[in-house]
Amino acid sequence: MGDVFGQVLSAGFAIAVALAAAGAYFWGTNWLLDKVLASTPRMTSGEMSRRDGLRSSIRPWLFLFPSLLFLAVYLVYPVLETFRLSLFDKTGRGFIGFSNYLWAFGDGNFQQSVLNNILWLLIVPALSTAFGLVIAVLADRLWWGSIAKSLVFMPMAISFVGASVIWRFVYDYRGEALEQIGVLNALVTWFGLPPQAWITIPLWNSIFLMVILIWIQTGFAMVILSAALRGIPEETLEAARIDGANGFQIFFTIMIPQIFGTIVVVWTTITITVLKVFDIIFTMTNGQWDTEVLANLMFKWMFVNFDYGRGSAIAVILMLAVTPIMIWNIRRANAEEGTR
Amino acid sequence: MTADAAAAARELPRPTTGTPRWLARISVGRLLTHATLLLLVVLWTFPTAGLLISSLRDKDQLAVSGWWTALSTSLTQGVSRIGTAADQLEDGGRFVIRGNVFGTDTNKQLDSFGLTNATPAAAVAGQSLPMAAGGDITVQRDGSFEWVSATAFTHTRGPRVFYVASIAPRFTLDNYVEVLTASNVGRSFINSFTVTIPATIIPILMAAFAAYALAWMRFPYRGTIVALVVGLLVVPLQMSLIPLLSLYNNIAQAFGATDGKAYLGIWLAHTAFGLPLAIYLLRNYMAGIPREIMESARIDGASHFKIFTSMILPLSFPALASFAIFQFLWVWNDLLVAMVFLGAQDSKLVLTGKLVSLLGSRGNNWEILTAGAFVTIVVPLIVFFSLQRYFVRGMMAGSVK
Repeated sequence: MGDVFGQVLSAGFAIAVALAAAGAYFWGTNWLLDKVLASTPRMTSGEMSRRDGLRSSIRPWLFLFPSLLFLAVYLVYPVLETFRLSLFDKTGRGFIGFSNYLWAFGDGNFQQSVLNNILWLLIVPALSTAFGLVIAVLADRLWWGSIAKSLVFMPMAISFVGASVIWRFVYDYRGEALEQIGVLNALVTWFGLPPQAWITIPLWNSIFLMVILIWIQTGFAMVILSAALRGIPEETLEAARIDGANGFQIFFTIMIPQIFGTIVVVWTTITITVLKVFDIIFTMTNGQWDTEVLANLMFKWMFVNFDYGRGSAIAVILMLAVTPIMIWNIRRANAEEGTR
Repeated sequence: MTADAAAAARELPRPTTGTPRWLARISVGRLLTHATLLLLVVLWTFPTAGLLISSLRDKDQLAVSGWWTALSTSLTQGVSRIGTAADQLEDGGRFVIRGNVFGTDTNKQLDSFGLTNATPAAAVAGQSLPMAAGGDITVQRDGSFEWVSATAFTHTRGPRVFYVASIAPRFTLDNYVEVLTASNVGRSFINSFTVTIPATIIPILMAAFAAYALAWMRFPYRGTIVALVVGLLVVPLQMSLIPLLSLYNNIAQAFGATDGKAYLGIWLAHTAFGLPLAIYLLRNYMAGIPREIMESARIDGASHFKIFTSMILPLSFPALASFAIFQFLWVWNDLLVAMVFLGAQDSKLVLTGKLVSLLGSRGNNWEILTAGAFVTIVVPLIVFFSLQRYFVRGMMAGSVK
């Protein structure tokens, strides 16, 4: 029990120290800046404005410094270092050029992972967005819609590991003679079909794993799209109704075009989540039965085989896969910045 | 069409013959809407409900029947080895061995029993069967048995009794007690809090200052830094793991420690990984604060530092809360970073890691897994349902618009 107490104490201590340090840094450097570069009435106006200018050009960097330092050490440097390591051997000492990449493209597990990742990318964002959109449209028309949305949204709060256990229970399999306690097999046997060990059937098992992520991400899509739907001017919808459009026509010809931008955003955000999916595979199958994906394969090479070169190469390939979305995001953020 | 015209159009009298059909169509449509949404909601809540209900069930029942039958009695088959000659008592000239085929488990009701695997229904409760070792055995409904013989028992190996028992529906917290004590999940619960709270609080102030600078100060490379932050939002964490782990190990070696797996390391890592979202989210929010408020404060001679601490920080509370909830859930639910930076040592496992290790060691003990899983998700669910409004707001601002 003693170390538990010490651990909780150290957490409290860390919070206090971090807050005190941050407070002292921001307050202290600002005070120093105003003190050292103070403009006093005795100065010439030129000197005063020079000092004013100097202060206002230094201050932003004082505000930014801690964040930039953290980003540099924990994200920018590692990205560059991982690129470098991917060109080196297992131990990270001998330079071997692109051998790790050549190995990867010839490796059966890697090819399997890429194939699975592509499947995930095709299915999960599409279905999550579609379900999210349908639920958002339906829920906005009913009095109990907000309760419904809350319940569909709930899986967003659950960890991938927790969700995996929940669904493993759904997919649970027992021998044919026994009573099934997994919902899916109970349903299948109720229809008179033999029970299946779902997560061991190649290809289908990947789909059963995707269901978990769809189950989680639909809530995200629903909330964002629901907000976008509310942004459609009521007059537009009213006009369509008066012109005799039915629900489906309104949905496909008015709503979807109006919120298309948001749909794309939701789609790309889920795409990035899908590319990085690790926990679900790791928990459910650890890549067995042809379910391997890049993030889990990378983890294996890194922390099971301790091959930093190959692990890094897979990480870089993952990074390259998200790069187009990253550039697109940056462009749009810049465009928005320009209109501000 | 203008709003007036729309209103006018609505006032138009509808053709009288069309009205009933129109009404009928609408109500069928609405019914369909209700039904579809209900189906989807049930589909979405069913798995979690199953987990929760199962975690509260008696573990014998859980193993033999689906959770949707939780309210009905289920049948189970079992076997028990009964006493040897050493257990016999002499009672009025007869020799008796007594006991209970269920052991100390009292939630079962015996229906029938038999002496071979193939005949568990040879006799119903209360009846007697002749034993190969001599004498007769009688098993009662509560599982207690009496094996009576006129001559002394000599067997050294207790014969087996096979039985069919029914288990009455029972809900219990036993599974939770077991998970929290015997399986060490309680410790992981504390570990999760130890990791999460500092990792949620530390980045906030740092990010707020940076966000203010990026929203309201003019300086060269501002656009570049914003672009960098947006770019870093989507960098896969996998890119950071190897270099950071080497870095930590080098630092640890310099200080004479065996490895770099400590709470300090994971706090700082989570802080950094949360910063891009924090800065992006807070900057968007702060940029939305009306320019006039800022300018009037500037005219009054307030410095940036003063404006930030006395105006912007309090005004940004909703955004700060959104980020805090986001970061809390993300850190609490994280598996990868905890595994890499804290390791797989049992005393350092956070809840997600613990659940994975339970899946490995107790993969078929659903009473442990369901209760364990619920313990890991209960805190996020409480945070989620009590602060959903902030969570939703944060999510809207956080997805790149």
